[in-house]
Amino acid sequence: MEGSAHPVARHPLDTHAPDVVRVLRDDGTLDPTNDPGLRSDEVLTLYRAMVRARLLDERLVRLQRQGRIGFHIGCKGEEASILGSAFAMRQNDWIFPCYREFAAALWRGMPLQRYVDNMFGNTNDPVKGRQMPDHYTWKSGKFGSVSSPIGTQITQAVGFAWAAKIRKEDAAVLVYFGDGATSSNEFHNGMNFAGVFKAPTVFFCRNNGWAISVPTERQTASETFAQKGVAYGVPGVRCDGNDLFAVVKVTRDAVARAARGEGPTIIEALTYRLEGHSTSDDPKAYRPEAGLDSWRRLDPIPRLRRYIERTTGWTDAQDKELETELDAELQAAIAVAEKTAPPALESMFEDVFGELPWHLQEQRDELLRGPRAKGHGH
Amino acid sequence: MPQMNMVQAINDALRHEMRRDSRVVVLGEDVGKVGGVFRVTQGLFDEFGDDRVIDTPLSEGGIIGTAIGMALYGLVPVPEIQFSDFIFPAYDQIVSELAKYRYRSGGEYPAKLVIRTPTGGGIRGGHYHSQSPEAQFIHVAGLKVVCPSNPADAKGLLLASIRDPDPVLFFEPKRIYRAAKGEVPEGDHTVPIGKASVVRKGQHVTIVVWGAMLYEALDAANQAAAQGIDCEIIDLRTLWPLDIETIITSVKKTGRVVVVHEAPKSCGLGGEIVALINEKAFLHLEAPPKRVTGFDTPFPYTLEMEYLPLSHRILPAIIETARY
Ligand SMILES: Cc1ncc(C[n+]2csc(CCOP(=O)(O)OP(=O)(O)O)c2C)c(N)n1
Ligand SMILES: [Mg+2]
Repeated sequence: MEGSAHPVARHPLDTHAPDVVRVLRDDGTLDPTNDPGLRSDEVLTLYRAMVRARLLDERLVRLQRQGRIGFHIGCKGEEASILGSAFAMRQNDWIFPCYREFAAALWRGMPLQRYVDNMFGNTNDPVKGRQMPDHYTWKSGKFGSVSSPIGTQITQAVGFAWAAKIRKEDAAVLVYFGDGATSSNEFHNGMNFAGVFKAPTVFFCRNNGWAISVPTERQTASETFAQKGVAYGVPGVRCDGNDLFAVVKVTRDAVARAARGEGPTIIEALTYRLEGHSTSDDPKAYRPEAGLDSWRRLDPIPRLRRYIERTTGWTDAQDKELETELDAELQAAIAVAEKTAPPALESMFEDVFGELPWHLQEQRDELLRGPRAKGHGH
Repeated sequence: MPQMNMVQAINDALRHEMRRDSRVVVLGEDVGKVGGVFRVTQGLFDEFGDDRVIDTPLSEGGIIGTAIGMALYGLVPVPEIQFSDFIFPAYDQIVSELAKYRYRSGGEYPAKLVIRTPTGGGIRGGHYHSQSPEAQFIHVAGLKVVCPSNPADAKGLLLASIRDPDPVLFFEPKRIYRAAKGEVPEGDHTVPIGKASVVRKGQHVTIVVWGAMLYEALDAANQAAAQGIDCEIIDLRTLWPLDIETIITSVKKTGRVVVVHEAPKSCGLGGEIVALINEKAFLHLEAPPKRVTGFDTPFPYTLEMEYLPLSHRILPAIIETARY
């Protein structure tokens, strides 16, 4: 973009800077220096999960355009960052999400049906139709609750990790947030507290270049986001966020450090938001299409595919088969979710408090007695 | 007069005042190049440049705190908070600082800015893109609070807010950003702060309302008219300080009142209005004042139309009050 006010968000070749951990080479081979040594079945499972996330994004955007769901916020381009980091966490670790990490929730065992129910806000939605699409929760998978306000999860993750430390239990917490969120009050509080109390926290900054229309240059004058750790006594590391192996490597290192009692790490994953911010956003209004090509060439899915093609002889036919299978699974989930009833009226008053106080009982009864609104539903 | 929607009228007001007064600056998240997520500031960046139309880092506390500093220096900042639901990281700066500056400095440092922020539900935004937090700002002493319901008032009230000596929270009902259309005076046009507007004259029941719910009240009043009930509708426009005179004059005439707002019922502005009516016109009342409001729950997603005090809930309240 012309003019100094809004230069193009950071150049993709930044991922070649000497401090950036990078494993997967362009030709699909691995640099042994930081190779996390994934088994080929692990890589294939992760590849499937990444392809599934991509397919979900495409189909959910379409559903939104058709007016069948209200909203979607996707992760196109950021699949390696999200799945690599979720994969690197141990079973006993927890994940505190931002709003772009449905792939991590699915990885942690949230059934696809529950996720799609959330997209429709129906009565089977894990959050009972109370929040927008992509605002779910999955406690049995040790996965936190999505909230819209930026940055709030960061201090909470630190407190959660700190509590585990106080109770002498071996659990680390991975907390996701964007580059924009590093400007929030809570990022600074979270980093400071985690540093002081050596809370076993893995700060995972998905640096995708943008906070809606605002490029990273407008968030910080620091050269990198990882660098922000210096002031808080929190070690920082940058990795190629579109390189599954690099993400796994740096996240595993951070978890190991936390488990040794050495405290938090901040990871900056250099990735790119290939789509608009959400279905409410039109990125053409602020970033030229042309700038995207260099990032499309670094798309984490084809990059990983080159690796598995080289190591396992993966074929186009297998990709087709995978897509058919994933699509069938998704279409079935959509069909069910679309037919599922909206939440019951009285559910609006539940969970405000542990028990229903008199005034909410009164208001509930008034709603149930009164006439129904027109034109709502999913 | 040109036809505009709310977005265009607010944009027109900002452009007009920025041309007139070089001290006026706009700052916030995404307000610059892209012109705001609702496009309210569209084109201002191109006309006034990066020094006066400023994309900020993602921090509401940073936006309001620095805006206060700019105001103390002598600029007239008009910061935007992207959704009123996201104003709370700046709550300390607004409540403890902005609202108190004039008073606590013995009048030496009046900190004047206008905070624009979209408010209200009905856009499938769930809890975090739908709330109406006006009462939480009225209660803190030192802030004026405005909420227009139509393009002409939006322009006139915004210009008046910018020229007013006190800090103003300017709530923009996002549900009617594009739906509410109307003629807007060209050039300079102000609507006085603190003056309500009687948008429908009537004899039987007074309805006090503002923002997007005005249209629901009008709809309910039209249905009530078919049943022989003649409603008077007051669009508050300025939520604080209240135009108590217009309210009391109307209630003395009708003896019956229904207050409508989207925000939760308890400790909402409706409660204060009813209390004032009790204090100032008790002997004129023919029926207990009624409130039709959002419920005391977080703002839901799927059931949002059941949560909002739409005409289907206002009408029975009108009838009940009229027949009491
Ligand atoms: C406190 C707060 N302010 C503003 C918003 C509106 N908003 C939603 S997402 C977003 C940008 C976030 O950017 P980033 O942190 O980089 O995350 P990304 O969306 O790029 O993953 C903004 C400004 C919000 N949700 N919360
Ligand atoms: Mg971002």
